[in-house]
Parts: sequence; structure tokens; C-alpha cells
Amino acid sequence: MNPPLSARLNTAVRDIPRSGIRDFFDIVSTMKDVISLGIGEPDFDTPWHVREATVFALERGVTHYTSNFGYLELRRALSRYAAKAFGIEYNPENEVLITVGVSEALDLALRALINPGDEVLYHEPCYVSYRATILFAHGVPLAVETRPENGFRLTRAMLEAKATPRTKVLMLNFPNNPTGAVMSRQDLEEIAAFVRERDLIVITDEIYAELTYDAPHISIVSFPGMRERTIFLHGFSKAWAMTGFRLGYACGPAELIEAMMKIHQYTMLCASSLAQKAALEALARPETDVAEMVGEYRRRRNFVASAFNDMGLDCHRPLGAFYAFPSVARVGLNSREFSLKLLRDQKVAVVPGTAFGACGEGFVRCAYATSMENLKEAVARIGKFVKTLKS
Amino acid sequence: MDELLKILQHNALESHETISRMLEIPVEKVAARIADYEKRGVIRGYQAILNEDDLDQDKVTAVIEVKVTPQREGGFDRIAERISGFPEVQSAYLMSGAYDLLLFVEGRTLREVAGFVSERLSPLEGVISTSTHFMLKTYKRFGVLMRKAEADQRLTISP
Ligand SMILES: Cc1ncc(COP(=O)(O)O)c(C=O)c1O
Repeated sequence: MNPPLSARLNTAVRDIPRSGIRDFFDIVSTMKDVISLGIGEPDFDTPWHVREATVFALERGVTHYTSNFGYLELRRALSRYAAKAFGIEYNPENEVLITVGVSEALDLALRALINPGDEVLYHEPCYVSYRATILFAHGVPLAVETRPENGFRLTRAMLEAKATPRTKVLMLNFPNNPTGAVMSRQDLEEIAAFVRERDLIVITDEIYAELTYDAPHISIVSFPGMRERTIFLHGFSKAWAMTGFRLGYACGPAELIEAMMKIHQYTMLCASSLAQKAALEALARPETDVAEMVGEYRRRRNFVASAFNDMGLDCHRPLGAFYAFPSVARVGLNSREFSLKLLRDQKVAVVPGTAFGACGEGFVRCAYATSMENLKEAVARIGKFVKTLKS
Repeated sequence: MDELLKILQHNALESHETISRMLEIPVEKVAARIADYEKRGVIRGYQAILNEDDLDQDKVTAVIEVKVTPQREGGFDRIAERISGFPEVQSAYLMSGAYDLLLFVEGRTLREVAGFVSERLSPLEGVISTSTHFMLKTYKRFGVLMRKAEADQRLTISP
């Protein structure tokens, strides 16, 4: 008899479980009338001028392959945006690559850099795909645990404890999914010094850069000596509410971008032409679109964080992105039990912290990218639920 | 604009407790600031936004462009306030461009509105001419779309 198909799979793929988020989604989707705080995308509609411009582009027949790098016009606009918003200059000709979301850009960056066995440092809790993407690229993931005591920020000491001479890459994601953590200038300075001393390459996923609530975003790239060793990733999913367009980009030194472009060229060819036109329109007036959403997210952040703390779920103050990451340790259930029981008893969906790494145990992720009406109802139900557990 | 006003403009029924959390200020302060806005007349009132097309009622709305001569003392304000005094006039604005005042006028029937224009509005001293347009259907009012909201298309847990 032939061996089963599963035995013939690539072992890296076979051995990686499905995302814990997918798993939970399957349970939630069998239920009705659930209020979900599990949605990691904006509840705002894509700005109308962007949608309108996309329709116009479709009518005009913008339906062809683009340059592998993406439309030069868009790369120019992105280069201007990066200079203005983050103070970093990139040459649109060879230092900017348009990708299918930050997701593709992450994969390209890792594949362009990693030889089998190279170590990649990253911090947990983190976005669900980091570990898997490193493994698919035949890298060795080294998770650094961040803690609520210091607002889930990353310190030099944490990195020093994990790094070895085989460590090649450091992945960063601030503002962070799922914790909402943001790094201060001083924090970043320390990390940058460490990176330079160890001669590491940084992949920084700054997809939530616009969504900070107490202080403007600072990019690691803006520190001395970092631009030449950093791949900067950003996209339109979060700040512009364009998740379904699947559009992101990578900026970095020409040699790195060229290497990423080669993989992109042979595997993806180019990002969607229509999505690229939409992105160009989004960049036409970023301030107005984004400012409105940021104000609304900030008010919701204030609301949920204080409500959680008052009901006895300790919640550090999320400074960016649109997630709160309260601790459920005090009610005597683990993350998964808490999430399942809350779903069953009160029909509120949250994501167990363990979906974002083992150190997410004891926490749940609550996205506040949902209307105030939903948030109020969800918070009331969670409050009721916590009370029944305590009594 | 003050965030408190922004919240009330979005939902005037928001509880003081919720607003206090959203703005991170004490509940008593929320109440005091709203009272102050009301006293100063910044907040003029609270109304429901209705989808009137769905109500079975006899009502027509006309948008009327009015050209006027500004008066020696009081400019446009005097004539505009005089016109605004009529209960039929729901809204009145001074405009730049081809005409001076834009009115939103309501009546039970077309004839009633026509009567208002010919008998009350046009004869007023200072009114030079009017141009009346009747509204047929409302798509959006006060930033709110009148069609039924589509169901949330997002996956319940992602990504
Ligand atoms: C930290 C982080 N990176 C990347 C992504 C994926 O972004 P994109 O839609 O651009 O692929 C997400 C989506 O949730 C995210 O949270």
C-alpha cells in the first residue's frame, strides 16, 4: 500500500498546527447572535473616495499586470508618505516593493534572508503568523516573552538572554497585535544599539503605525545606523480599513528589496492592479481619513480598558493598534476555558491569549474595532460573567 | 471640535457613565459640561433622526432658493430672521453664489407649500425672487444613510 498523503507532506508544513484563531473561529461560526471582540480588522468602511476611485479604475480598464515592484507612481507616493510620516527616505526606484498585504511582505523578507538553521528573534505574544512563517522559511524561531508589568515592551535584557551567535534577524511589531503595546524612544534606542552591536537585520512590521493614542509613532528605522539593516513593512489594511484589498509594501536597502522582489516576481508576479490604484487614492488624503478613525478608537480604548479594570480584569493600557489584552488570571480559568465559557454563557467572542504564543496564557484579546453599541453590550455581558465566576 | 460634542452628535443618548470612560473624566464633570453647553446655547436641543420616507404621512419638503436685497440696517440678518420666523421654515441658511438664502420648507401638501411661497414669502419686502424645488426621496440625512445597514461582512474571528 502507498503511504497516506499526509506522510508525503513537507514536514515543516505538516508539523505546524492551524492557527489557534482559525480553530476558535470554527466554534464561534456555529453560534448565532454572538457579539465578537475577536475581529482583527477595522469596523470602519474603506473611505468612500478610495472605493469610488477603485470603481473608476475598473471602468477605465486598469486590469493588467503591473511592474513586479508595483506601479512606480504608487512607490513614489509611498516614498513621500514614509518621509513625511516616519522621517525615513526611500528611493522609489529600487527601495520600495508593493506586496499582497504585509503578510506576503513578511514571508518574502524571511525567505530572502534565512538560510536553514538561521535564528530569528521575535517577541511573544505576537501576530499568529510569525512563528509559522519563520518555520516555513526554514528558520529557527526564538521567542522572547514580553510581560504586562512593563506594558508588554521589549527590553535589551530580554533579547540578550535569548540571542546566540547564530541569530541573524530580529522581528519587531509595535504597535503590537495582540497587546496594544508601543515602544518609547528610549526603549527603541536600546534595541537599536543591541542590533548594531550584534550586526542583526531587523524586520519591522509597523502595520499599526498610524493607530497610536497617546504619543506619535516612532519607527526603529529612524535611529542611527538602522536604515541600512532594516526592512520596514507597512500596509493599508488597518489604518485605511482596506483588509480585503490585500495591499502592503516593504521598504529597505536596495539589495534586500531586490532579493525580495525576485521571490515576489517568481511567485506572485505583482500585487493587484486595482488595489494599487486604490492605495494611491488612499494616500491622497491620509490625514483626514485616519484622524477620524484614530479619535474614535481612542475613545473606545479608554472605555474598554477602564471597564475591564473596574470589573477586576487587570488590563494594561493599550497604547496603539485596536486590541485590549486583559488578564483573566484572577477568575481562576485559563485563557481557553475563559473564552469558551464566556462564549457559551454570554455569547461574547474573545480570542484566548495562547493563540499568540504560550506566554499569552492568562490573557484574552479583545478587539475594540467594533461599534460603541457592541462594545457596551459586550462589556456588560463580560461583567456579568465575571461576577458569576467570582461568587 | 470638543470630543464631548462629537460623541453627543453621534449619539445624544450616550450615558454619562460611558462618556466619562470614553473621555477619562469624572461623571460629574460630564454632566456639568453638558449643562454648560446647554446654558450657553451651543447645544440647542436633541432630536431623533427619522427615516421619514418610511412613515406613512402627508408631508412634502421644498428647498427654496431666495434672492433678497439686504437692508440698510441689519444686512441679510433682518430679512433672514423674518423669514425664519415662519413655522413652515425648517432650516434657513445664508449662501454664497447665485442666490442669497436657502430654505427648507415643510407642508402637508404641494399646494400648501406653494401657498406659503406665493402668499407669505414672495410678497415680503426685500424678497426679489424665489425658486422652489420639491424633494422626492431621502438617501442620507445628518450623515446617516437611510437605506438598511448591511450585515457586518467581516469574519467573526480574524485574522
Ligand atoms: C501585526 C500584523 N501584521 C500583519 C498583519 C496582516 O496584514 P495584511 O492584511 O497587510 O496582510 C496583521 C493582521 O492582523 C497584523 O496584526
